Amino acid sequence: MNRFPLWKYILIGITLVVAFLYTLPNFFGEVPAVQVSPLKSTTRADDALLKQAEVALENSGLKSGSAFIDGNSIKIRFSTTDDQIKAKDALQSALGNSNTVALNLLSASPHWLTAIRALPMYLGLDLRGGVHFLLEVDMKAALEKAAIRYQGDIRSELRSEKIRYLRISREGNTVVAKFSTRDQRDAAMEKIGNAFTDLNLAAEDGAEDFTITATLKPQAEKQIQEFAVKQNIQTLSNRVNELGVAEPVIQQQGIDRVVVQLPGVQDTAKAKDILGRTATLEIRLVDEEGDINAAAAGQVPFGDEIYQSRDGFPVLVKKDVVLTGDSITDATPGFDSQSNRPAVHINLDGKGARIFKEVTRENVGRRMAILLIERKQTEIITAPTIQEEIGGGRVQITGMESPQEASDVALLLRAGALAAPMTIIEERTVGPSMGKENIDKGFHSNIWGFIAVVVFMVFYYRVFGLFSSLALAINGFFLIALLSMLQATLTLPGMAAIALTLGMAIDANVLINERIREELRNGASPQAAIHAGYDRAWGTILDSNLTTLIAGIALFWLGSGPVRGFAVVLCLGILTSMFSAVTVSRAMVNLTYGRKPRLANVSI
Amino acid sequence: MIRFFDVDRVIPFMRYGKVTTFISLATFFFAIWALWAKGLNLGVDFTGGTVMEVTYSQPAHLDKIRASLEGAGFREVSVQNFGTSRDVLIRLPVSKTANAAQTSEKVMATLKAQAPSVILKKVDFVGPQVGKELYDNGALALFVVAVGIMIYLALRFEWRFALAGIIANAHDIVIILGLFAFFQWEFTLTVLAGVLAILGYSVNESVVVFDRIRENIRKMRKTSIPDIIDSAITTTMSRTIITHLSTQIMVLAMLFFGGEALHNFALALTIGIMFGIYSSVLVASPLLLMLGVKREHFIRDDKPKEGVTADGAQV
Repeated sequence: MNRFPLWKYILIGITLVVAFLYTLPNFFGEVPAVQVSPLKSTTRADDALLKQAEVALENSGLKSGSAFIDGNSIKIRFSTTDDQIKAKDALQSALGNSNTVALNLLSASPHWLTAIRALPMYLGLDLRGGVHFLLEVDMKAALEKAAIRYQGDIRSELRSEKIRYLRISREGNTVVAKFSTRDQRDAAMEKIGNAFTDLNLAAEDGAEDFTITATLKPQAEKQIQEFAVKQNIQTLSNRVNELGVAEPVIQQQGIDRVVVQLPGVQDTAKAKDILGRTATLEIRLVDEEGDINAAAAGQVPFGDEIYQSRDGFPVLVKKDVVLTGDSITDATPGFDSQSNRPAVHINLDGKGARIFKEVTRENVGRRMAILLIERKQTEIITAPTIQEEIGGGRVQITGMESPQEASDVALLLRAGALAAPMTIIEERTVGPSMGKENIDKGFHSNIWGFIAVVVFMVFYYRVFGLFSSLALAINGFFLIALLSMLQATLTLPGMAAIALTLGMAIDANVLINERIREELRNGASPQAAIHAGYDRAWGTILDSNLTTLIAGIALFWLGSGPVRGFAVVLCLGILTSMFSAVTVSRAMVNLTYGRKPRLANVSI
Repeated sequence: MIRFFDVDRVIPFMRYGKVTTFISLATFFFAIWALWAKGLNLGVDFTGGTVMEVTYSQPAHLDKIRASLEGAGFREVSVQNFGTSRDVLIRLPVSKTANAAQTSEKVMATLKAQAPSVILKKVDFVGPQVGKELYDNGALALFVVAVGIMIYLALRFEWRFALAGIIANAHDIVIILGLFAFFQWEFTLTVLAGVLAILGYSVNESVVVFDRIRENIRKMRKTSIPDIIDSAITTTMSRTIITHLSTQIMVLAMLFFGGEALHNFALALTIGIMFGIYSSVLVASPLLLMLGVKREHFIRDDKPKEGVTADGAQV
């Protein structure tokens, strides 16, 4: 009665082999590597780049392991971290202009394991070291920015339609246009309504003027907010690329949040600085007629703003923005050909180039201010006089203090502007040494706990205790194999969950063994007792595991970060333990005792 | 065969019902008092703020560190050793300024100026709003798990079992929280995960006993309910002790080898496991009696009702 059909043994055998294979990569450890990936998403990592990298390494006399193409990057293994760092520097200087060069760790498992996609578990930041940021996008600012854009667009629309207006102002997210006659207002209403379908327009007759109040439609607001988050993620990706991180994670979380994880980053100050910067460029006209002294004393003329220039002089600029950083397609650091001072060369997109050409033609002889807005601080980098009409969309900005600053500004402009400012609302930094320590601690708790449980089980249940312990070890393999296959992120709480599930998984075997003892006490024959023990315990095992599963699912649903890791391991561990504790241990029992029809006693 | 328990003699647990209920109530009210009077020592996960772990190559002078940080304009700084004399834990309250995320950089700059050998091991910065969300989500998770387990028990057994089971486990949770409040141990996200795991785990205990009670009710038709419960507890006692012992072994390994990060987590589990045994045996079962569980709740009436024909049609 205690025999399995052959297929069951085969099935169990297959699962054991698969579990063992997929657990294997975790024991090979990792080797230092350097990763080179093209900066532009349109360029692919190909053999040419591989060749270049190999040549660069040869020139610097470094011995490298295998270099290969993986996805869209080239990965090169090294035997020591010393070589790795030297190689990074060599590759950075040779290929750094158009590629990201980053330190990485690669699995040391043999090629055939990688070929069957048996990869080691993905380690969370608390185990490998790195930074985790949660950033929140300022949605209010995104909407205000949109309103500012509409203010400008409405103005140019009315101008091109030759409709006269008194003034166009903005309060928060609403744009208000005032007209002196009803006819003008109604004509404007029609034109604006046709041109901007995202706006809700309301007309109002005042005592002296006629107004149109424009507000964003709710679905347009939603779209703007979605777009702001998307663009910010894009921008963050660009910036992270410049930082040279091997496997960054940049994901949206909820409506207005972005998670950024940078494994292995040690210079968190620099990372935070680059990510947190909300530099945008604005080009505006200088108000030459305004009284700068009165403005400095606090009487800023209507429609103007006053800012400090680099040289420390106040400059009066118009509120109207000619161009923003959105129009910039490329920015490179360099030097001004005449003065040989550091400069940034900017390329504008088609629309931006057209506007720039128009504005420079109309304002020859006047000054134009280039403003850098960073962390809500506005600074005028330079305010040159427009000498002539500038076409072609190529602009050069001087006024940088050093080549380093020129390159920083270029990086920020190139990486793109954030659609809306972001603030870091959560940070978790774990130093690399701490990560290693955490792995060791997690591993030691598991191994010592496991050994103690095995000693206890074998002491108490003898042969059945041995079976239970083997089933428990197999459960550990199943769990690690499953986590590796799913490439789930293993965190320190996750390792705690492995220990906890191993401790709890033995419960099923205890239930079975106790039942078998009970049946034996009640006078059942050994074979009947084994059979009844497994049979009757199953219902209880199912019940008790399901309640823990409920807790695990709720944790996964409502938890965040490391707690989620805990929940994943807990849930998977419960599922694997039901199989290993019941089916695998039964197979061992059946193989040992099942063939003896006249079994006199069992060791339990 | 090694046995911890003599299962041949049924222990009259239910006779001690009054005593155990008193003990439970006393510990329960003690826990409530501790929570009310002292409150939980919530970690940075829930309150918001910055916690940093740094390590020095020499034993650190806490006073000097504190003075230099206060000199740099940080208020309400808590500086303490943890683990070794070279490891220092720095806590800063949540700051309302826009660049709160920069706090850790400023602190490191200050410490580096004083002792260049200092190494940053860990930073946790949590904005006030995130802290509140984590707190709310944690409370919601507790509630969802409790309700989920109740529904499950009600479907699988009967509402009386569900109620008895959940009260017994709520009692465990309150005692864990109470002890954390009383000793002012830090309550973090990981500890919360441990508490929730205990909620699921501890119900196991009640489920196993309930399972036996149901089985015995069907089998032992002539025995009174209190005797049935006593017998169910006695027969499952050995399993209860051994299961908890093995789980506790793993948890102890975490407590000893898991380091600072898992210490409080393991502590919560330890308390939970200890009280889990007690509550499922000596709280849930007397409650079941008090709620008036009866044989009829489990034994189906096989006789057709009057006026109902064999095919179920009603006249």
